Amino acid sequence: MSSIIELKSVDKIYTGTVDTQVLFDINLTFDSGSCNSIVGESGSGKSTLLNIMGTLDKPTKGEVIINGARTSDMDKNKLADLRNETIGFVFQFHYLLPEFTAEENVLIPYLIKHRRASKEIMERANELFEILGITKWKNSTVTKMSGGQQQRTAIARALINNPKILITDEPTGNLDSETTKKICNSFREINQRFGSTFIVVTHDLRVAEKTDRIIEIRDGKIEKDTVK
Amino acid sequence: MLSIKIAIRFLKTGGGQSLLIIIGIAIAVSIQIFVGLLIDSLQKTLVDRTIGNSPQITILSATDISTIRDWESLVRVVGEVDQIKTVAVSATANAFVEDGNLDLPIIVRGFNFDDIDDIYNIRDSLYEGDQYQSAREVLMGKDLREDLEVDIGDQLVAKTPEGEEIVFIISGFYDLGVASINESWILANLETTQRIFNFGNRITSIEATVKDVFAADTIALEIEKILDNDNIKINNWKDQNEELLSGLEGQRMSSMVIQLVIIASVIIAISSVLAITVLQKSREIGILKAMGIKDSAASLIFIYEGLIVGLIGTTLGVILGLCLLYGFNASTTSPDGAAIVDLYIEYDFILKSWFIGLAASTFAGIFPARKSLKLSPVEIIREG
Repeated sequence: MSSIIELKSVDKIYTGTVDTQVLFDINLTFDSGSCNSIVGESGSGKSTLLNIMGTLDKPTKGEVIINGARTSDMDKNKLADLRNETIGFVFQFHYLLPEFTAEENVLIPYLIKHRRASKEIMERANELFEILGITKWKNSTVTKMSGGQQQRTAIARALINNPKILITDEPTGNLDSETTKKICNSFREINQRFGSTFIVVTHDLRVAEKTDRIIEIRDGKIEKDTVK
Repeated sequence: MLSIKIAIRFLKTGGGQSLLIIIGIAIAVSIQIFVGLLIDSLQKTLVDRTIGNSPQITILSATDISTIRDWESLVRVVGEVDQIKTVAVSATANAFVEDGNLDLPIIVRGFNFDDIDDIYNIRDSLYEGDQYQSAREVLMGKDLREDLEVDIGDQLVAKTPEGEEIVFIISGFYDLGVASINESWILANLETTQRIFNFGNRITSIEATVKDVFAADTIALEIEKILDNDNIKINNWKDQNEELLSGLEGQRMSSMVIQLVIIASVIIAISSVLAITVLQKSREIGILKAMGIKDSAASLIFIYEGLIVGLIGTTLGVILGLCLLYGFNASTTSPDGAAIVDLYIEYDFILKSWFIGLAASTFAGIFPARKSLKLSPVEIIREG
């Protein structure tokens, strides 16, 4: 299997009154189409690692290679293109735009590059709504949806451009156990159906256990890397 | 496209906040339109009523002899100047009329009636009687008529400075609205005046009106250059009304200052409200950037917000400003019901004000747009 994300000797230091190093010499490779989780305690550096992999943040040292391209060679606009076409994000908070309906929110990543939604993309949006069980709410505004429905809309939004990588950061952090189960099952189904590479950052072991590979991180270093 | 869509939605959900910005722009632009057009109309009314019904350029003899000979060629040359509207010649002389024991000085002004009508709009000023037809018929001003207590068809016996008696027949009375004219000018036939005062074929002045009254001085210079004649002098109303002009200029400058202050306050008000919007929408902007929207497209959201509120606000402002102006004009009338100010609706000015308001609103969007450039998605996400 070819690698989709490669991290080579990545360090991250936050500068301020006191410099804080949060990642130390991280070397990781993620295979295309694989389903992975990163676990660790709060403050272990897992979210920072995720932000660097998602090109939202830059490493202080080391290299990040996504889909064969070195991100350090890219300017802000190229990184924005890369995120739009290759990476989908789901965060702990859904960050949907409250001014738009669920369907409009889902189409936003596509509309960043296109003037209007094509027939094909509408069909894909409907398919995602179906998989995630939120077809009924697609015309609802975000504020009228439950937390679980909002998070599932955010997942559909992350997947609309058929990204090669889906990065999720504590996606079930604010949800009850029943909804968490449903969302985990949806992740698994999406991973198998669309072949997206899944990387989920979580402190919930029930979520991590559903993935094929669990990377444990502690104090900014990889503690354990288990492939099932 | 997406930036416009998001801008519209941000404004729609902004509700009261968006409405406030639009009302703010509308009020500012309406005041600009109202003040600008009113001051412009005031100036034009003032100029029109002061010098509109009088010659703006007058050609006189510069020699000891007050009359001009061979004036036909001069009239032809002046008439050919592009900016000249009308040209008339006059033979003017002083005389006296008896009012009881007093000798009242009068000025007998000889004109071809159509020429004088072009300049002084005399036909509309005739409030009784008719224009002079025969050689002896004359028109008298309202104030002189009141002094002499005469009527249509009455004789007017005048004396030349040399003591020669002239008898005119009064055919009509005029009111030019200027007491000094109404009490002294007797308007008569050109040839009659030339004959009575022994001018022969000579005249005393060539009077002209121009298309742009404020260009009268440069047109006068141009005529002077073309004629190149030391025996004549050319007067223009601007040189003779410097105080009026400086008053008008002061009015124009104060209008400019008011308009500049209005534009500045529009920019500051919109900028500050939109800057708050950036803070309110920082989460949305952050996540849009995470999804791959470019900095330029994210900034455009705020430029479009400025443009949209500007478009609605300035258009409403123009309508409101015109309503205010017409309302003001209808409510401020003289005792006889006529408007105090004649409204001159300058479409160029309205279009310019609309465009400036729109440009200022859009420009106001630049500051929040710049602020949005600095929003980093990772910081927004980290803060939750």
